[in-house]
Amino acid sequence: MNDLDALESQSIYILREAFNRLDKIAMLWSIGKDSNVMLWLARKAFFGHVPFPVLHVDTKHKIPEMIEFRDRVAKEWNLPLIVGENTEALAAGMGPHNGRVECCTALKTEGLKALLASHGFTGVIAGIRRDEEGTRAKERVFSPRNQSAEWDFKDQPPEFWDQFKTDFAPGTHLRIHPLLAWSELDVWRYIERENIPMVDLYFAKNGRRYRSLGCAPCTGSVASTASTVAEIIEELETTKISERSGRAQDKESEDAFERLRAGGYM
Amino acid sequence: MSNTATALKMSPEVSVPHNASPMKIVVVGHVDHGKSTLVGRILNETDALPEGKVEYLKEVCDKRGMPFEWAFVMDALQAERDQGITIDTAQIRFRTEARPYVIIDAPGHKEFLKNMVSGAASAEAAVLVIDAHEGVQEQSRRHGYLLHLLGLRQIAVAVNKMDLVDFSETRFEEVKAEIVAYLNSIGVEPTYVIPVAARSGANIAANAAETPWYKGPSVLGALDRFEPAKPATDLALRFPVQDVYKFDERRIIAGRIESGRLKVGDTLVFSPSGKMAKIATIETWGNSLASVSAGAGQSVGITLDEQIFVERGNVASLEHHVPHQSHDLKARVFWLGRGPLKVGSRYKLKLATAEHVVEVTKIERVIDVEDLANHQGTEVARNAVAEVVFRGKSPIAHDSFVDNPRLGRFVLVEGYDIVGGGVIAETPTDEARNRSTHVTEVPHKVDAETRSIANGHRGGVVWLTGLSGAGKSTIAMEAERQLFLKGWQVTVLDGDNVRTGLCGDLGFSDADRAENIRRVGEVAHLFAEAGMVVVTSFISPFRTDREKVRAINPDAFHEVHVATSLDECERRDPKGLYKKARAGEISYFTGVSSAYEAPALPELALVTEGKSVDESVADLLRYIENSFSLSAREQANGWGL
Repeated sequence: MNDLDALESQSIYILREAFNRLDKIAMLWSIGKDSNVMLWLARKAFFGHVPFPVLHVDTKHKIPEMIEFRDRVAKEWNLPLIVGENTEALAAGMGPHNGRVECCTALKTEGLKALLASHGFTGVIAGIRRDEEGTRAKERVFSPRNQSAEWDFKDQPPEFWDQFKTDFAPGTHLRIHPLLAWSELDVWRYIERENIPMVDLYFAKNGRRYRSLGCAPCTGSVASTASTVAEIIEELETTKISERSGRAQDKESEDAFERLRAGGYM
Repeated sequence: MSNTATALKMSPEVSVPHNASPMKIVVVGHVDHGKSTLVGRILNETDALPEGKVEYLKEVCDKRGMPFEWAFVMDALQAERDQGITIDTAQIRFRTEARPYVIIDAPGHKEFLKNMVSGAASAEAAVLVIDAHEGVQEQSRRHGYLLHLLGLRQIAVAVNKMDLVDFSETRFEEVKAEIVAYLNSIGVEPTYVIPVAARSGANIAANAAETPWYKGPSVLGALDRFEPAKPATDLALRFPVQDVYKFDERRIIAGRIESGRLKVGDTLVFSPSGKMAKIATIETWGNSLASVSAGAGQSVGITLDEQIFVERGNVASLEHHVPHQSHDLKARVFWLGRGPLKVGSRYKLKLATAEHVVEVTKIERVIDVEDLANHQGTEVARNAVAEVVFRGKSPIAHDSFVDNPRLGRFVLVEGYDIVGGGVIAETPTDEARNRSTHVTEVPHKVDAETRSIANGHRGGVVWLTGLSGAGKSTIAMEAERQLFLKGWQVTVLDGDNVRTGLCGDLGFSDADRAENIRRVGEVAHLFAEAGMVVVTSFISPFRTDREKVRAINPDAFHEVHVATSLDECERRDPKGLYKKARAGEISYFTGVSSAYEAPALPELALVTEGKSVDESVADLLRYIENSFSLSAREQANGWGL
């Protein structure tokens, strides 16, 4: 087994644990590279089936190519897709002009909470990785959220020997993170090996590409000439610029991302 | 001043292979001994920090009017900066010329032991950081002990803050002697002991000019010399069933191979049922190549050539190499619960994919990790380590930790929380109950299900308890006759009858009565396992004795209280025993000179007063038929209809 085989096996183990131990689970699909890889792993884990709903929280500010990709792939892969949005906030005109953290909280966090509550999900699978950001580095694979979907990062349950927290009080729910141990480079090497389809925005055009995808107003592209998966891998092997450097909401204050996550952001 | 030169020199011919898994290193030690600083330094020396990270943190420190610390690199969370301590495990990557690493920075505070364990349990090697000035402290010992308990054998000790003791060789040797003596006493030989000043970077990546007397490797040099963990393919096959899928026409048994290998055509034995079947296929999806074999670490799905009943928690292995199976487990436990672990408490034990309800039957010793002294106790406090014996309601398939760590470790769950972990020492040799060592239960090839289908009813123990003269034997014998006439497999074990043979060596003292009941209980359960309904007729006055019999197999045990009052029994006095007891001719007579503890919650209470024997027998038979008969559906399923 090489390192990608080991990561793949571990992620499949986690997905199967979540499916077996929790009553109502769903997988978050942000259309980004990580959640595309996660979907691929689910199809491997369950032999071609995705036996739970795939959720997309639409902020209506996403880059249009992302929504096109979502609808095409959902059809091709026959995914049980559920799209949700915070209708109220959108009607009230919520946008980054109200403050980036406020906008993320309303459209993503609150949108997601409403979607989870309306379907009664007790577990939601998310494609976050430890190497993305300092806060995510502290996450557990099975990470409990209280009734308000808040994350108590100061008192997390012990997690060892692949024995995950699968018992939890009514009203609380779990976030499950099958990609926690993957690095950005691992993700791209796996995309190359498995030939997993990706949104074109990741590939450089006119000297710029997106390294991380989010909403149009808050996601910037980076200077790059990497126009193929192989070139992206080559680029990542040498870069020292952080992955979320194009994500404006992280930089509102020094602990902006931490506050977002403690409040229930992915 | 320093760079990765040492690492480079040590393995000049090794280029980093693309597909090497990162080695997982845990950094542990007492609070404030400088773990995070060490890690921050390692990241800096290996050029692993994102551009601008150090500058950014320096800026933050300036804004707050505090001096920059390398530890801030790791302490990304607001709460940590404010308190100045690591509160949770963080994982950060770096690489040397030799290989990639994931470093797990584990907190030193005692109350965060659960986080330290969470980090250390998956590590392949450890760095134990000790302050040269303060020397070995409580958490240095506790962490050292836990590393050993978790099975880590590659340990480097970094004697940190050497700059505060003027890089004194004497002081280094003192601290070194102290920690080496402790580690040796728990059977650990630290691989390297390194004098370090994390703040200035001395002996982190290259040997420092300040310690010319030190001839060993730098911290990175030591890490590069550790061996990566090998997948357990050389051990016996252990394939715990995670789930069974029927998404389409295939019935796929899914799970991860924890150790060993399997291939198409192998005959698998499933514990605890002992059922066997051959592997028909190894299933794959997408562009993966069809495979005929798979090994440790792989998550796979297989189909079998026969439709045997298999469920999550079963462990598949190869014939003649099956795991141990027993109700009892003796383990070394580290306890993380808020309240103490207690004798008599029940927990959910999770071992691989199996879950068992277990009761703590004994705390053999509580280990003081400070001085390694053993204490007796009936409780294990938070963050303590102890040797504990558990008894499962059902047999537990397991290995000892030394034979196969993957099946030799478990966690304990109380309520919603994981409250402890344990490594299995051996199959217990509880002196009172079992002096036979190296006993492994061999699974039957005829299982309970098959027997019950052949008999038309389940096996089990109907345990009549009550005063002398209550009517137990009369009711038992008549019930046996009537069930036998209906074609049931039934027998009675009666007090006076077993005392002429099986228990002929026992008297009526409390200890002998307890032993009498224990033997009868074991025999009754053997009959029950053979598929029979066993009605027992014993006064069995003590609740604890009856509960022990129940614990042998709680699912098969039915306690029936023949609840005739003492007055009525004494009035009946069929054998004239009450008269003799009252006259003082019999000592230890239940109800007269010895206590009777009535069951608090029997499965059935038979009131005999005001009823004929036939009516009481009818009450009992109704209960037995309801509890032991197979439903029409079970019978139909059983015969494959």
